[in-house]
Amino acid sequence: MYNFDFVKPASVEDAVAALSGDEAQPLSGGMTLLPSMKQRLNAPATLVSLTGIDALKGVCRDGDMLVIGAATPHAVVARDAAADYPALAELAGQIGDPMVRNRGTIGGSLANNDPSACYPAAALASGATIVTDKREIAAEEFFQGMFATALDEGEIITSVKFPIPQKAAYAKFAQPASRFALTGAFVAQYADGARVAITGASENGVFRWSEAETALSSNFSADALNGLAASADQMIGDLHGTPEYRAHLVGVMTRRAVGAAH
Amino acid sequence: MPKDGGIGASTKRREDVRFLTGNGRYTDDINLRGQAHAFFLRSQVAHGKINTIDTSAAEAMDGVIRIFTAKDFEGVGGVPCGWLITDKHGQPMQEPKHPVLAEGKVRHVGDPIAVVIAETLDQARDAAEAIDLDIEDLPAVVDMKAALSADAPKVHDELSSNLCYDWGFVEENKAAVDEAFASAAHVTSLELVNQRLIANPMEPRVAVGDYDPWNDNSTLYTTSQNPHVIRLLMGAFVLGIPEHKLRVVAPDVGGGFGAKIFHYAEEAFCTFAARQLKRPVKWTSSRSEAFMSDAHGRDHVTKIELALDAENNFTAIRTETYANMGAYLSTFAPSVPTWLHGTLMAGNYRTPLIYVNVKAVFTNTVPVDAYRGAGRPEATFQLERVVDKAARELGVDPVELRRQNFIKADQFPYATPVAVEYDTGNYDATMDKMLELSDYAGFAARAEESKKRGKLRGFGIAHYIEACGIAPSNLVGQLGARAGLYESATVRVNATGSISIYTGSHSHGQGHETTFAQVVADMIGIDAGQVEINHGDTANTPMGMGTYGSRSLAVGGSALVKATNKVINKAKKIAAHLLEASEADIELADGKFTVAGTDKSVDWAGVTLAAYVPHNYPLESMEPGLEETAFYDPSNFTYPSGAYGCEVEVDPDTGEVEIIGFTAADDFGNVVNPMIVEGQVHGGLAQGIGQALLERCVYDADGQLVSGSYMDYAMPRADNVPNYTVDHSCVTPCTHNPLGVKGCGEAGAIGSPPAVINAVIDALQRGGHSHVTHIDMPASPSRVWAAMNAK
Repeated sequence: MYNFDFVKPASVEDAVAALSGDEAQPLSGGMTLLPSMKQRLNAPATLVSLTGIDALKGVCRDGDMLVIGAATPHAVVARDAAADYPALAELAGQIGDPMVRNRGTIGGSLANNDPSACYPAAALASGATIVTDKREIAAEEFFQGMFATALDEGEIITSVKFPIPQKAAYAKFAQPASRFALTGAFVAQYADGARVAITGASENGVFRWSEAETALSSNFSADALNGLAASADQMIGDLHGTPEYRAHLVGVMTRRAVGAAH
Repeated sequence: MPKDGGIGASTKRREDVRFLTGNGRYTDDINLRGQAHAFFLRSQVAHGKINTIDTSAAEAMDGVIRIFTAKDFEGVGGVPCGWLITDKHGQPMQEPKHPVLAEGKVRHVGDPIAVVIAETLDQARDAAEAIDLDIEDLPAVVDMKAALSADAPKVHDELSSNLCYDWGFVEENKAAVDEAFASAAHVTSLELVNQRLIANPMEPRVAVGDYDPWNDNSTLYTTSQNPHVIRLLMGAFVLGIPEHKLRVVAPDVGGGFGAKIFHYAEEAFCTFAARQLKRPVKWTSSRSEAFMSDAHGRDHVTKIELALDAENNFTAIRTETYANMGAYLSTFAPSVPTWLHGTLMAGNYRTPLIYVNVKAVFTNTVPVDAYRGAGRPEATFQLERVVDKAARELGVDPVELRRQNFIKADQFPYATPVAVEYDTGNYDATMDKMLELSDYAGFAARAEESKKRGKLRGFGIAHYIEACGIAPSNLVGQLGARAGLYESATVRVNATGSISIYTGSHSHGQGHETTFAQVVADMIGIDAGQVEINHGDTANTPMGMGTYGSRSLAVGGSALVKATNKVINKAKKIAAHLLEASEADIELADGKFTVAGTDKSVDWAGVTLAAYVPHNYPLESMEPGLEETAFYDPSNFTYPSGAYGCEVEVDPDTGEVEIIGFTAADDFGNVVNPMIVEGQVHGGLAQGIGQALLERCVYDADGQLVSGSYMDYAMPRADNVPNYTVDHSCVTPCTHNPLGVKGCGEAGAIGSPPAVINAVIDALQRGGHSHVTHIDMPASPSRVWAAMNAK
């Protein structure tokens, strides 16, 4: 790790101001950033910690929305979202290990947009709104490919608004080594139709499986997916699975999520 | 009933108190006054020509003390190889130099190029980034067969090719084996890969070199399984420091699994640099560094053929194996695919004719050497897979095919056609025990129940033989070992009767501090708490060969018994004097010497005190004191064996394999501490299951390490393994060591991979995927799914 300055502001305004400095980077749970710094692959001049800002923390119900502060750790989401949005809570409870769940945050995960992360699937399948210090961004526009998002330099996520579905579930097939999603499917049923988001599989990051959405919108059952297969085109191929295998898992995991939805 | 703390008792591990409370003293816990820190600049390319190394900018940086490169090691020896293999033409293997720091070329990702010594590790690392390297990329050789093609780039330009040796065993039998195949009623053949693994002990390697210029003494603290071996190899072959001026200390060591047997360049470097700088030099491997600098394991590509007659008797085995050596010969690398592998190819069977061919190959990868089991898992995997495949092809029960060909209990000692003689065993007994404990009879009903849930259930069997405590020294010398393979012990009885043991064995998880004390306490009849085990320091232990190959109890324990018997014999003489009786009439029981048939006695402490305060003592005929040293050189290997049964469920939707149950029925001979043996088996099984389902070291075509971290290298975790059923009640004691023990450390890792893969194949075959006859390890979900769906 190279030397860096560390600031821990108490307000979003102070954080934004600190981030305007040269080579400043926001630090939330640090579950990705800190290992890359230790390996000297990332060298911010200043780290601006977001975890001292109370306004960024907590889970609260707001009508038919569940609003989660960006700096809320996964373990807190797993506990506090369980009553209102159980599928989301279950997803949070399966991320990483206890250390990751108690340090890593939803905002950090979304801002990083790892193609194998779990939260992007929930956000996209829920049609969530990513709230930043400057604006509100629909999940659809927010995710822009592997590790790429709509966030501007210095812009920070403050909260995420999840419309609460009638029922939903997340089914993850874990990569054996990292236990990130080799392929994960988040399925959510709303009054106006079903949404399906797939993570872990595509070279373009999280995506909506529109054929499955169409089928499930008219009949929300695993049977409705019979005969549907995702294309292996542009799927990730690595030592843990070929593009064909991931494409196959898209179908399997989506079926499982539909079957488990509640 | 075993005595509390004696042989056969499940005494809790005394060392765990310090380990589990975080109070162990590992090498990285050692920080010496004035210590400087070493950072190794390692090659990022697999193969390259070093044009220039410009350290001038780096040398000027804060805190930098000195930067070393290969030119500082002119006149210093290379890292030696400890085993010379003679090839099938009678020629010695090709043995390239292994310089401490890369000379002229880099040969694998992680090959050390330069070392920065600085006041702090961060300063050393900063300066390493400022070293200007001009390395010209050369094409890398990664695939073994490609490495042997005539136009392949050479890893070592001074060698004639990338072939280290082409070994035939037993070469004289080759024609007879070929004839047996020509006349066989049935031949089963199988091509398989025993994939490369990375040991990943919890504690990474560490070396701290120290030098006292006022008496010219060097000390190396290191994470080693065998400090005396390191002292000999490093002192005599690399640095030219005689033993009396070199001390090697391996304190608490957090797991070895083979990877800490070998003498590594970093150890020699730190010792050398401490002498140059006259101050301590410390290096601690990062986990990333460990992936590219610890010796890797396995990495064999094999074709095995099994010939059977019309009655399904095995008539011959023929194998051809390519064994990856990596870029340099690690300490015992050449012996692993040869003597530790070829000699086990008979397995538990009466196969009369066997021929093993091994081509060892240099590639631009990390050196490969012994890893838990070392050669024996590779042999067992081939054999137990091909036997299973033969049973399927012939439509016979895999249990019955094995039984029919087993060496029977009344046939021991049994000389195999691959140069070893098994002393004892009862393979039918362990097979029976495993089938009983695993409820093999109820498997069909369980498979039916799985089917209802949409899962494919399978049962896999493996019966292994292993050879532990490799010996005797004169034989292994003929086979090319450049070391002896005895073990040593000093039993120092103190005046008040307590005992300090100094053993040449080394504990890095095995629990010697508990079990060795049990042996001595039991022999004398005193409380085990009176016995302390000291190990790991060449300054106070007799020359010993350390711990690997499941040898500690069979070889080190035997030395300990021998030394303790010497002590008891002398103590009896002292007791005879004190009791005014004839030595022949003195009996030792429960820590008391008694004149047979009388109530005259003296207790242990009475005798030990007399030995050190010899007021009433036969000084004219006997020296005072009570301390004995013994060396034990076994007359043969020991041969643990066992039957393993693995039950799996395969999810046909994803290819995921879940291990539902695993039963191990082992014959380890006599057992000193059943709890520790059970723990050893659990650990071995986890490692074997890790190989079977999860672990895989992967290089790309350019020699880049793809599985360079735990993000891609899948270590087994608690939820990957089942609750094991472990039994060691089948006992045929070893006939040639005093405790009748065989060794248990590697068994689990040897027997489990074929049991798991056989179970996966069984599940797929039962599930209608009859075209799947083999899946290479690890049987990852993607591979299993691909095999099921291969057209």
